[in-house]
Amino acid sequence: MADDDRRTEFVLPYSSACPAAVDQSNCIQLAHGEGGRLMRQLLKERIAPTLQAAINEDAARISAMKGDWAVTTDSFVVSPLFFPGGNIGSLAVYGTVNDLSVAGADPIAITLSLIIEEGLSFQLLDEVLSSVARTANECGVRVVAGDTKVVPRGAVDKLFITTTGVGQYRPASHLQCQQIQSGDLLLISGPIGQHGMAVLAAREKLHMTPEPISDCGNLRIVCATLHNQLGEDLRAMRDATRGGVSAVLQEWSEASGTTMQLYENQLPVTAETRGMCELLGLDPLYVANEGTFVAAVAPSVFEKALEVMREFSISSRACAIGKVIDKISSPVVIERMLGTLHPIDDPAGAPLPRIC
Amino acid sequence: MKYVDDFRNPEQARKLVEQIRRRATQRWVLMDVCGGQTHSLMRYGIEAALADCVELIHGPGCPVCVTPSDAIDAAQYLALQPGVILASFGDMLRVPGSQQTLMNIRARGGEVRFVYSPIDAIELAKQNPNSHVVFFAVGFETTAPATALAILHAKKLGLENFSVLASHVRVLPAMEALLQDSECRIQAFLAAGHVCTVTGYQQYEQLIQRFQIPIVIAGFEPLDLLQAIWEAVGMLESELPSIVNCYARSVRPAGNQQAQATVDEVYEIADQAWRGFGVIPHGGLKIRQQYRHFDASKRFKFEQVMPLASSMGHDICMSAEVMSGRIKPPQCPYFGVQCTTEHPLGAPMVSSEGACAAYMLYHLRGTSIS
Repeated sequence: MADDDRRTEFVLPYSSACPAAVDQSNCIQLAHGEGGRLMRQLLKERIAPTLQAAINEDAARISAMKGDWAVTTDSFVVSPLFFPGGNIGSLAVYGTVNDLSVAGADPIAITLSLIIEEGLSFQLLDEVLSSVARTANECGVRVVAGDTKVVPRGAVDKLFITTTGVGQYRPASHLQCQQIQSGDLLLISGPIGQHGMAVLAAREKLHMTPEPISDCGNLRIVCATLHNQLGEDLRAMRDATRGGVSAVLQEWSEASGTTMQLYENQLPVTAETRGMCELLGLDPLYVANEGTFVAAVAPSVFEKALEVMREFSISSRACAIGKVIDKISSPVVIERMLGTLHPIDDPAGAPLPRIC
Repeated sequence: MKYVDDFRNPEQARKLVEQIRRRATQRWVLMDVCGGQTHSLMRYGIEAALADCVELIHGPGCPVCVTPSDAIDAAQYLALQPGVILASFGDMLRVPGSQQTLMNIRARGGEVRFVYSPIDAIELAKQNPNSHVVFFAVGFETTAPATALAILHAKKLGLENFSVLASHVRVLPAMEALLQDSECRIQAFLAAGHVCTVTGYQQYEQLIQRFQIPIVIAGFEPLDLLQAIWEAVGMLESELPSIVNCYARSVRPAGNQQAQATVDEVYEIADQAWRGFGVIPHGGLKIRQQYRHFDASKRFKFEQVMPLASSMGHDICMSAEVMSGRIKPPQCPYFGVQCTTEHPLGAPMVSSEGACAAYMLYHLRGTSIS
């Protein structure tokens, strides 16, 4: 190697002036996750006050509960972070509360674990945290513990949230999808597919008019009321999140050894969702919901069940969508236009964006 | 949703089913050319409702299904080249080439992106000036205008890092090839409404003259299809073959001349290999010499990197028999057993327009196959 070449290898960028200060005051830096002063500041000045949480100890204390506990955990990686009808913060709280509620439990507390991409603006973080606080308040749960990690740019997409929810099972009957039997009726709490379409439209900037809005919402009260009023005539409830109504019914069929039969002309779908599904060739039965649940009830109580559901604004458009029949060749079938039965398959990994 | 609901009215549909039944004095064999029509016929139960008077066989009009594995291998080869981003429609990612799918290539680190339109691929090229974006273009006369526009747009922008790997096919030569087959059972065609929207239908006259076959241009909604079947049965019963346009809200006799001119500017008609059919004379389009700068098959040197030994099973896939209507998907010994939508052995099970996928999705096993 010639001397000249060697020299060029060691040339450093050089300037006599001090480098210009980089303004890092308005965004998350790696140091915010490294346990030092910046991290304490982040916790004390932003996270704890917004969530009205104490950060003194390593574990939260919850008063001992009578009866059985319900525990659930969930991760949220939705993109974009904000979408019509909600954001990753409200989604995380509703998602966790709803999982406990449909299982037959009263939610008590949740934990919140944040994985933040370096460079996320404080403004965005604050908005998400405020939304967590507001939603937790609305749902009557406390955020009792949490964790914050910061990872280098590109290691996550802006912000991922993991929650754990703790609840207490209601003394009313056990809800179990194994109890579903032939003859039971299938009810839905409202129009399907809104969340998935709202997120897809926001993510792909589809500029639909009117814009689809997520059904993100709190199912706690309606589920508890329905459960208390119907007792064991309420067989099972499930929020129809990823995989949509189809995924719930596939699981129920497998668990109960029956077939779920739907009527296409009874499925509630808003014009916005239908329009988008038509355009994109999607079936709303496979599209995610975040504040809509399916219930299986004994045939004798289905009118009462609908009455109860329709008293609450989140489920004011509840209706019957099908029935449970003896097992046939497909786990889920749908009666379409000309009265013929068609199978509803498990969707095979559609190239859709992250929706929850 | 008026324009959807009006064409899905169950009462009207039942009425038309009855009218077709009354009109048919024997069981006629109709081919629905387009995969979108196959899916509608299955989804709305029309095939089953008419089983006693009409046999519907499903034609080759699924662009993903007819793309030859050589073209897919070439796309995979490009995706593995350093500095290349391969963009294509979502369906193409899961179709097996001779050895694997583009999805496998992506899992192995190949740069494969799915886009909704060729214009998105141009955006990708603008955003990645240090990479070369190849758009893998497949499809019939319906998608060729968009690819042609993308090439013209790229030329206008002076984009150096964008090219198209084109595997465009033309539907009329394929219909002709089907009719020339000595075992052909097709008695009438339901022609593809969207293709005719672009090409018009004057070109079908010669097919009717030569083969004395009725052709009805059909849409995609249940009432469109039932109306078209009613017309086709009428012509068959009266032995007066001609062409009827049952999709007049979209199709004009001369088609979309602006789109045709755009395609003609960028492409020329060429012989084309179809999966399951072999080479069909005049069966495709190739990029003209003056646009070779945007032709990936000219920009890149392809080496033989994909041995032809198969692990994907496309050699046992009976797609040729399915796409020419010789068998129905459930008659294939692999259907629903080794070959499912999760683990497809061939393109007709992968594609959202494929006939096998339509049967898998909409046909309730254990009920009869018409």
